[in-house]
Amino acid sequence: MIDLYILLILMIIGAVLALEIKDLLSAVIITGAVGLCLSAAFLLLKAPDLAMTQLIVEIVLVIILVRATIFTDSRVQQTKRNYANFIAVLISISFFLGASGYVIAKLPIFGKPLMRISRTYLSEALSQASVNNVVAAITLDYRIFDTFLALVALFTCLIAIMALSRAKSKEQKTNF
Amino acid sequence: MKNKTNNKIKHKTKIPDNPQAEQGMSIIVKTVTRLTVGVLFVYGINVALHGHIIPGGGFAGGAIIALSLLNLVLAFGRDAALEKLSQTWAIIFTTLGLLLFMVVGLFGNNNIPILANFFQDKGSILSLFCIGNIPLLNIAVCLQVGAGIFVIFIYLVSIKPEADK
Repeated sequence: MIDLYILLILMIIGAVLALEIKDLLSAVIITGAVGLCLSAAFLLLKAPDLAMTQLIVEIVLVIILVRATIFTDSRVQQTKRNYANFIAVLISISFFLGASGYVIAKLPIFGKPLMRISRTYLSEALSQASVNNVVAAITLDYRIFDTFLALVALFTCLIAIMALSRAKSKEQKTNF
Repeated sequence: MKNKTNNKIKHKTKIPDNPQAEQGMSIIVKTVTRLTVGVLFVYGINVALHGHIIPGGGFAGGAIIALSLLNLVLAFGRDAALEKLSQTWAIIFTTLGLLLFMVVGLFGNNNIPILANFFQDKGSILSLFCIGNIPLLNIAVCLQVGAGIFVIFIYLVSIKPEADK
C-alpha cells in the first residue's frame, strides 16, 4: 500500500508543477510523467487493461501536444502574476482543503465494501458472455451502450475538427 | 476534398513553414523507424484480436496502430505517411468501423434485443475465434479508433501553422 501512496504523492507534485512551470514543453513532459504514474498505479491495483490503455493514450496525447500545438507556438507562457490572482488561488485552495477534509473523513476505507455487482460479474461472465476477459465482457456486453456512445463521441470529434479546419482554410482564401 | 488539397499545395509553395516537418528527421531515426513500424503495427493487430483473452482490447489495439502511423508522420514527414494511408481511406476506415459496430448490433431476428450477444452456440471457448460477437466488436473498435486518431492528428498537424501566419 505504501508504494501506491508514493505514486499518488508524485502525481500531485507533478500536476502542481505542470500548472506552475513557465516553459510549455516542460509542462507537457511533466503531464506525461503524471500519466505514467497513473498507469503504474492502475497496475498496482491489478487493472492491467486500464494500465495499458492509459499508457498508450498518454503517449498519443503527449505526441499530439508536442507536435501539433506547441511546436509552432511561442514556447514560454507570458502571463503576469498580480495580487488578486494570488488571493483567488489562496481562497480556492483553502476551500478545497476544507471541503475535502470534510468529505474524506466520511469515506469508508479504501476497497473495504466490495460491491455485490462485481462478484456477479466475476462469477457469471464466462457462462453468460462466454469470454475469458471480464473487462471485455463488461465493456462489450454488459455495458455495450457506453462503448457505442464513446465511439460516436470520437466520430463527432473527428467531424468537428474537419469542419473547423475547413472553415479556417476558407477564411484564408478570402484573406489572400 | 480536391479543392482543399489544391489550396494546401498552393499555400505550401508560398510559405515554407516548418521545413523539418516536411523532410522528416535524421537518417538514424528513419532507419530505426523503418525497422520498428511494422512490428508495432502487427502488435496492435495482435492486441486487438486477442482482446477477449488477454488484457488489452479494441481501444488499446487501435491506439497502438495509430501510434505506428504517428511514428511514420514524425520520422518521415506528413506526405510520406499519407502515401501509405491516404486521408480518404482513413476516413473510410473510421466510418467502416462504426458501421460494422452498428451492423453487428442490429443483426439478428426479432427475438434478440438490440446490441445483444448472439450466436453463442457456435465455436469453442477460450480460443482466438471465440463464440459470441465480442471479437467482431473488438475489430470494429480497433478500426474506428486507429483510423480516427490518425485522421485527427493529420488534421491538427496540417492546420495549425496556417492559422498562425
